[in-house]
Parts: sequence; C-alpha cells; structure tokens
Amino acid sequence: MATQADATADREEALRFYETEDHPHAPATLIGFWLYLMSDCLIFAVLFATHAVVGRNYAAGPSPADLFDLKLVALNTAMLLFSSITYGFAMLEMAKERRGATLLWLAVTGLFGIAFVALELYEFSHLIHEGATPQRSAFLSSFFVLVGTHGLHVSVGIVWLAVLMVQVAQRGLQEDNKRRLMCLSMFWHFLDVIWIGVFSFVYLMGTLR
Amino acid sequence: MSSTTSAQSVEAHGKDSVEDEPHGTFKGYVTGFVLAAILTAIPFWLVMGDVLGDSRVTGIVVMAFAMVQVVVHMIYFLHMNTRAEGGWTVLALIFTSTVVIITLVGSLWVMHHLNVNMMPMSVEDMKKHMH
Amino acid sequence: MFSNPDLQKLVFGRLTWDAIPLHDPILIVTFIGVVLGGTALLGAITYFRFWGVLWREWFTSVDHKKIGIMYIILALVMLLRGFSDALLMRSQQAIAFGANEGYLPPHHYDQIFTAHGVIMIFFVAMPLVTGLMNYVVPLQIGARDVAFPFLNNFSFWMTVSGAATVMVSLFVGEFARTGWLAMPPLSGAEYSPGVGVDYYIWALQIAGIGTLLSGINLIATIIKMRAPGMTMMKMPIFVWSALCTNVLIVAAFPILTAVLALLSMDRYVGTHFFTNDLGGNPMMYVNLIWIWGHPEVYILILPAFGVFSEIVSTYSSKRLFGYASMVYALVVITILAYLVWLHHFFTMGSGASVNSFFGITTMIISIPTGAKIFNWLFTMYRGRIRFEVPMLWTLGFMVTFVIGGMTGVLLAVPPADFVLHNSLFLVAHFHNVIIGGVLFGMFAGITYWYPKAFGYKLDPFWGKVSFWFWLSGFYVAFMPLYLLGLMGVTRRLNRIEDPSLQVWFVIAGLGAVLILFGILSFMMTLFVSYRRREELRDVSGDPWHGRTLEWSTSSPPPDYNFAFTPVIHDYDAWWDMKRRGYERPREGYRSIHMPKNTGTGVILGALSTVFSFAVIWYMWPLAALAITGIVVVAIVHTFNYNRDTTIPAETVVSVEAQHTRMLAAAQA
Repeated sequence: MATQADATADREEALRFYETEDHPHAPATLIGFWLYLMSDCLIFAVLFATHAVVGRNYAAGPSPADLFDLKLVALNTAMLLFSSITYGFAMLEMAKERRGATLLWLAVTGLFGIAFVALELYEFSHLIHEGATPQRSAFLSSFFVLVGTHGLHVSVGIVWLAVLMVQVAQRGLQEDNKRRLMCLSMFWHFLDVIWIGVFSFVYLMGTLR
Repeated sequence: MSSTTSAQSVEAHGKDSVEDEPHGTFKGYVTGFVLAAILTAIPFWLVMGDVLGDSRVTGIVVMAFAMVQVVVHMIYFLHMNTRAEGGWTVLALIFTSTVVIITLVGSLWVMHHLNVNMMPMSVEDMKKHMH
Repeated sequence: MFSNPDLQKLVFGRLTWDAIPLHDPILIVTFIGVVLGGTALLGAITYFRFWGVLWREWFTSVDHKKIGIMYIILALVMLLRGFSDALLMRSQQAIAFGANEGYLPPHHYDQIFTAHGVIMIFFVAMPLVTGLMNYVVPLQIGARDVAFPFLNNFSFWMTVSGAATVMVSLFVGEFARTGWLAMPPLSGAEYSPGVGVDYYIWALQIAGIGTLLSGINLIATIIKMRAPGMTMMKMPIFVWSALCTNVLIVAAFPILTAVLALLSMDRYVGTHFFTNDLGGNPMMYVNLIWIWGHPEVYILILPAFGVFSEIVSTYSSKRLFGYASMVYALVVITILAYLVWLHHFFTMGSGASVNSFFGITTMIISIPTGAKIFNWLFTMYRGRIRFEVPMLWTLGFMVTFVIGGMTGVLLAVPPADFVLHNSLFLVAHFHNVIIGGVLFGMFAGITYWYPKAFGYKLDPFWGKVSFWFWLSGFYVAFMPLYLLGLMGVTRRLNRIEDPSLQVWFVIAGLGAVLILFGILSFMMTLFVSYRRREELRDVSGDPWHGRTLEWSTSSPPPDYNFAFTPVIHDYDAWWDMKRRGYERPREGYRSIHMPKNTGTGVILGALSTVFSFAVIWYMWPLAALAITGIVVVAIVHTFNYNRDTTIPAETVVSVEAQHTRMLAAAQA
C-alpha cells in the first residue's frame, strides 16, 4: 500500500531531483537537548540502581531513620516545586514578549534554586558534623553522591540561569535566547522529576525500612 | 510503517520552529503545580504520620504516587505530547525508560541472586557469628 | 624543585622526578623516538609554513568532513601505539617460558595489556567509527553539515584530549595495571594506589564526553536534516546503522561515565561503593560496567555492518537484498544489546536462573546477525561482482566474522563459559569479531570512501597486499589462541610454566608480524596512492558506480556538500537519479549559509587535558585553575551570537563550474 502511494508520488515529481529554493532545516536544538537529558537520566539511573543495591549496607553505622529530617526534606521539595512553577511563569511571559516580567520570574526561580541548594548544603554539613560522612558506610556513600549529583545539577542550572539573564538583559528576547530559555526550562523541570525519585526512594522509602 | 514514518518526516520538515513549540498555559502550570503539591504532600504525610502502619504497603503507595507525579510533571511542566518533534521526543523517552528499567530491575535481580548464592549469611547472622 | 616541601606538594601534588621512568630502557628509547619524531614533524610543519593552514582549515574547522578525517587520522596514529603494545605482548609470551622471565616484568606487562585494550577500543575503534559516520552520514542524507557543527569540533578535541592523557601516562608515571575495565577492588585505592588507574579514569571520562556529544549530534542530524523525500525507510542502510549506533552511544556512555565517577569517588574521596569493607560491593561495578560494555560492542560493529551493506550492494551492482529486514535486524540488535550484559560474568555466581536468561538472550542475538549475513550473500547472488579492495575486505569479514560469531554462541552457553571464562579462547573470540568485524569494516570503509574524501582512489595493489597480510596474519595469530584457550591457558599471563605450549605462542607471534606487514602495507598504500594521485584521480565524483547521495557530488565535495538540496525518491537515491536521467543543475546558484570556524573546541580540549593531568597528580591549584578556565571559556563562547558565515553565490558558481569542467573532461 505504501509503495503504491510512493509510486504515485514519484510519477508526479519524477523529474524533480533537487530543490531550487533554499531549504532551511528545522532547528535541532530542542530535540538535541532532549537527547542530552535522556542521557543524563541514565546517569541518575545508575546512581539509583547503586543506591538500591548498597543503600541498606549501613556497616553498623547510622541508618536513614536515625539521620533524615523529613520536615527539612519537605521544605526543600517545596522550594524546588515553587521554582518549577515560577520558571513556568517566566516562559509564559517570554511567550508574551515581556522582557522585564520574564527576567523577574527568572530571578525568583533562581532564588528558590539557591534556597534549595543552601538547605541541602545545611543538611549535608549537619550530617557530616554528626559523623555520618560519605566514608562511613556504603549507604552514606551512595546517599551523598546521589543527592549531591542532583544538587550539583541544580547549581549548574543556577549558573546557567544567571548567564541567560545577563544575555536576555543585553539582547532581549530574540530567537537564540528564547531557544536557550526553553532548553534551560527542560533542564529545570527535568531536575524536578529526578527529585521526585530522590525524595520518594531515598528519603521516604529509606526512612520506612 | 513506512506510511506513518513518511507522515512524520513531512511534519518534521514542515513547520516547527521555536515559535510553534508549546509554552504551556497559565492554567496548565497551576493545574500541574496543585497536582504535584498534593502528590508530594500525601506520601510525606503517610510516612511522617505512620498512617498505614505497615511499612511495606506504605512503600508501595509512596512509589505509586511518585510514578503518577512523574507523569504529571511530564505533561504539565515538560509539555510532553506525541506530536512534538514528529514523535521523536516521546520515542526517545520510551527507549530511555526501557533502558532505565532494565538497568534498575536487572541490577537488583542480578545482585540479589548473587548475594543469595555467594553470601549465604544475612547481616544478623553475621553479627551472631562474630559474638 | 622547591625548598619548601609543603609548597612543592601544593603545586606538584604527588608528581616528583621519580615518576619519570628513567630506569626503563624500553620507555627511554620510545621517549627518544617520540621526541625526535615529534620534533621532526613540528619542524616540517614550521618549515613548510603549515601552522596557519592547520589552525584555520583543520583544527578550528566545524566542517563534518574535515572533522571526520581528523578522527580517522587520530585513530590510525593510536593504532600504531596500540599495535606496538600487541607486538610487545606477543614477543614476551613467545619467549617467557619456564625459567626464562622474558624482558617484560609483570609491573610493565600489566600496563601494556591494559593500555592495549583501552587504546584499541577507545582511541582506535571508536574514532574510526565516529570519524566514518561523521564524514559519510551528512553526505548520504543530503545535508550540508551536522546539526551542531561547533559541538562536533568540541567532541573531536575531547577525544584527542583523552588520547593525549593516555599517551602522557607512558612517560610520566604509569598506566593502570588492571585490565581494560579496571575492576575493583584491584582498581581501588587500596590495591592500586598509584596514578595508573587515575590516568585510566580521566582519559575515559574526557573522551567519553566527546563520544556522548557526538552521539547526540549525529542522532539530531539524522532526525532533523534528511533531504526532502528521505523517509526513514528510504535512508541508506549506513545511515540506519549510524542511527542505531548513536542511540546505543547516548543510552550507554552515561552508564560508563557514572560508574567511573563512582570508582573515582572511592579513590579520591574514600567512599565505599566498590570496596570490600563498610558495605561496598565490587560486584556492582562489574554489573554496571558491563551494562555499558555490551552495548559498546555493538556500537563498534553496527557501523561496520552498515559499511559492508553499502559495499556489497555497490560492488555487486544490485539493490541490497532485504533492505527492510536489514533495518529491523539493526533495531532488534540495538534493543537486545541491553539484555545480554551478564554473559560477561556468568562465573560471578548469580546462579542458574539468571545465567540461563542471559545465555538465551545472547543466543537470540545471533538470529538478526545471521539474517544480515544471509542478506549480504543474497545480494551477491547473481550480481556482477567487482572484486575491488573494499569487496575483498567484505568477503574476508564474512568468513571471519561467522567463525567469531559461532565461538561467541559457544561462549554464551553458561556451562561452557565456566570452562572458557578468562581463557585465551575468549581473547581469540573477541579479537576474531573486533578485527574480523570492526577493523575489516573500517578498512573497507576507508578504501571505499577515500576517493570521495581526497579526490583519488587508493592504489589497489598495495591495498590487496595489506588485505592479505591482515587476513592471514589474523588467522595465524589467533587460531593458536583458540587452541591454547581450550587447553586451559588463562589470559594476561606474562610467563608460562609449561614449555610444551611455547610453539603455539611462537606461531601467534608470527601472526602478529604478518599483521605488522598488513599495517605497513596500508601505510604504503597511502604513500603510493598519494604519489600516483594523478593516475588514480576521480574526476566523476562517482568512481565505483555508487548508489547513494554522496556519489552525486564532486570528489572531494565542496564545503557546502550540495549546491542544491537533493530530493529523494528511493533509498538508492543516486542510482535512482542516474537511472531516470538526472541532469546536473548548471545555474540558479544561491549564496549558502554555513557555520563559522571557531577555536573554542581546541581551547576547551587543551584545558581538559591540563585539568585531567592536574587531578591525576593531585595538583589541586592547577586543577582549580583549569576547571575555572573551562567554565569561563564555555560561558564566553555563549556570548558569541554571530556564528554563521555566507558562501557568496559567485563562489558557488565558480566551484560548481570547475566540477562541470572536470565532468566534461572525464566524458571526453
């Protein structure tokens, strides 16, 4: 069936083997960045798998129930969730071509992001102070590295956000900057998705067992 | 097969520039936010308040909520749909999810059997032996 | 160096003069050779004033064709290094029996087999594959470049940076002594406290970034930049194989990155992922690295399958038999690649249920692979076969690869694997598929596309000499290893007690010498062909009566590949165009937008090399400086919004007119 359709199409343009007009390709940045996110997803998959395998090896050291302060984690989760919706508002303002409002919402997003990282650093320093260091047990190694890798991603996102804010302020919401804002948007929401896995699997499930 | 792919490629070559990409709507973002907040709050409440009593059941419920919330984020924040980029984003997501599941489930399966076969003692047994 | 030891430690970390292997005559001679050769090369470049050309036209180029060629040059240079290691190992094993210790002590021998494996996989096979895909894919889909041209240049320089890191380990410090996958706990801080494993980790991490990004780049290129009319099922089969390969790259290399990062956490921070104590689990490393490692095998072989498909069809002057089944076979192999990893460690102890599952999935892979072999045979059946050099490589591949595949199925049977695991039988098996599959494929591809890239064919006489040396050399070198493996000889031994085995090792050593002649003949091919380039000149752009789009442009293609975007009606697009009386357009040329060259990739690659060296030697201030440099350069690069350049219509007119003259001269 498909070949018949092709054959008809062939007959119609049998002599056309090239395009005389310019043939601009659709921009590939968004799909390319999406593929990068997929690969990043696999990095986290390895960290989650490792946590699943060695996450109960406390080596006679502290267990999640001894260590985790779920109120702090809930607060942290709220920070990231707020930052997600404020980034969304920034994108809505961008669609309306309002530079000032876009920058404002981006700044709010960045502040929530900084609050998230600061809370996480506070948690880490608190744990280390109590002797629950990454060197203490395989559980703590994988906890620090998994949560820390997520935190590192958020930190990179904040730097990227700052750079983009400068660029939007300098050059306005032109095509390149819009595309970059959309990439960062995907990155930011992607990190929020990963965080769902972190708080559910590492913190909540960890506290349960 | 070939008829669907040809339709996809025509679409891929046709119109989508940055302008046509979905930015979402105010309503969409707020809906997503409210759903995400609920789907986050319930598992925290279940665990912190020890509502169900049984940690195994609670665990399953927590993971179920997590999966639903991932889907909510995908739809309302990442604007996933089967049409974007001629279906390639969704295809990439499905493939990646498959590999992620293989990695997680496979590793657990392999390592569990390894532990059962090669480390016959549980941690509790080991403690008993040491004393 | 400094009178204050604390200051010296801060600046130089653990690097001292002891790290320079002055006591090892082999390395000293090598070092002198490298210095003399390097000086001669740099001197020649300076004398002929090539620096400017190299920088402007090559190093900073974002042209996929030039980047592809640079990848292949990198691979061929690294092949010489990796093969020297092979010769050292073969000669050591040929003499070290009983009381004879040979000339390589274990400390050195272990580094050699590790370096051989790492270099051959990561810095020979990978750049060959990536280089070929880079060169050919955009041409075959009728595109002017890849989707992200700057990223392409950056990826290449990251690969170079990784290769440079491995090479530095030869003369400063040592390389890993752990085998090519650096399994813990041997590769952990406790048992490998030196810099060897750190060299390994950072070389692979940096090159891995390049590989991942080039994978993303090529997928985006294939998805987004196909010429109008080229639906998925009208893509040339090499493009299909490239798509599957890059999907595997994007979905496998992050796993390597993550697992190596965890190993480096163990080594640098003192965590307990893969240690024996405090809850670590070394077997998890084995499990994870093979989840990457098995797809990696297919990353190498799928492009070779694509090359062979193109070649068989071209030189048989027939359509490829079973195009659709070829595509489905590729896709099935891509998915199954993720379901077989445990067959690399059946003996680890996961038990019968796990082993039988992975044994069966492994055997299933032979079905799509077998289908491909039959398709190639049926393509040749009743075709007008031209036995040009690429076709010889293909035939050599088909015979050799079937043998390697069958020994693979044998190893997939868990009880058999318990006997053969870690033996020379395994070593023979994977060399059988990697040499007979990947390497033959890449040589076939290089010979096939060489006239496209350089405008003249490779000399067929020396090409045939090289082929026959490689083929015979392979059999002489590796058939004895099958035998020895069946007799129970394990791999990675630098001395063997039983003198009755020596004869087999001597034969294997002779095989390695034959392969050496194969490599020398290949170099001779390049040299002779360059000398005879006027006789071998390809003026038509289509020297083999090709079938796909790359043969529709001139050889070498213009910077912009195609003056007009082609429209495709058939998967053998060029064959179809020739058959239906395609007339090359002579007028109506327009100016063409192309990406601008940039030096950012080179700078980032150089800074990455400095960073990895600093981190390996614990030179923390330098490392901080280098990483800051990388971040700053990357950010500054994003402030450059002016990345395009325009080739004016007059230039296009004159380039195309020259091609027209050449075509006319060819017909006259």
